[in-house]
Amino acid sequence: MAPVIPRSGDAAFANVERVNAELFTLTYGAIVRQLLTDLEEVEEVNKQLDQMGYNIGVRLIDEFLAKSNISRCVDFKETAEVIAKVGFKMFLGVTATVTNWDAEGTSCSLVLSENPLVGFVELPDTCHGLYYCNILCGVIRGALEMVSMKTEVTWVRDMLHGDDAYEMRVKLIKQVPEEYPYKDDE
Amino acid sequence: MVEVSLSAFAFLFSELVQYNQTQVDNIAELERRLEDAGYAVGARVLELFCHREKGNRRETRLLGILSFVHTTVWKVLFGKVADSLEKGTEHEDEYMISEKELLVNRFISIPKDMGTFNCGAFVAGIVRGVLDNAGFPSVVTAHFVPMEGQQRPRTTILIKFADEVSHMMSLLNIY
Repeated sequence: MAPVIPRSGDAAFANVERVNAELFTLTYGAIVRQLLTDLEEVEEVNKQLDQMGYNIGVRLIDEFLAKSNISRCVDFKETAEVIAKVGFKMFLGVTATVTNWDAEGTSCSLVLSENPLVGFVELPDTCHGLYYCNILCGVIRGALEMVSMKTEVTWVRDMLHGDDAYEMRVKLIKQVPEEYPYKDDE
Repeated sequence: MVEVSLSAFAFLFSELVQYNQTQVDNIAELERRLEDAGYAVGARVLELFCHREKGNRRETRLLGILSFVHTTVWKVLFGKVADSLEKGTEHEDEYMISEKELLVNRFISIPKDMGTFNCGAFVAGIVRGVLDNAGFPSVVTAHFVPMEGQQRPRTTILIKFADEVSHMMSLLNIY
């Protein structure tokens, strides 16, 4: 029998301490603004946001595993569902829909129902090419790397650029086999 | 009210601090950059909250705007009214907002070699952003204040209004 896996992060989100989303939104805005001033090139900003997200992801996975009651996912499809329904909910209070699987089952899209990063945001023309929410890609990449999955995560649709949804593409590059035994001195 | 998890904010804030650490040579510069980031938040908070919480009215009196910061701004951003708002005892133009456990300092331990560095500089920036844009230019700084019987110090946001503010207030004879 398949293990029972929570299909929703509602309970986890209800149990964690929470803050006003506007504080989060405005703080994120301040970060992006600082990066744009410091780095000037939007390409560099995209990279830095992804890096920040990665840093967060590699730490966030611990809290996720500790608090979500998720056991090992059997395949990448399940992993994607768990990120969309439990992960996003637990930290950001929103959910995503998993869609557009490729034939091999190694890449899919996450479409966000709501996006707490973009409140109050309108991008000026100078920010053409900026992936404002690129930090989210980094978070997913970082978190998955910690559970042995190398991925590529990119934005494909962005409402800040006039698209009709927030859609990220998650592509599994390879699953790194875990190595046992771990050596104590490593 | 829409919420996100506190850890999501804590992770984000920690990245803000770490990124800025890579951009500076000293603590004062780091605090200034965090304050700048906060200022941008404060400027928007003033606009948003005056519109939404105060029916498009903005405080024009000194005590009014201070109480707006201590009560409205704190409650919306941090979920509670600030622990205290006091007038400085030594200088007429100084006020202090204190918080036993400021949200941004809850998960931060300062390494010894970083001395008096206080992440509250971000919140000081928010306060300055609100005051400045409401027409009360000031210098705002964050300080740890050790508390008797408490393991962790509280954070005091010290507000020193610019001379022109005191001058204006005395001309108008209002506070």
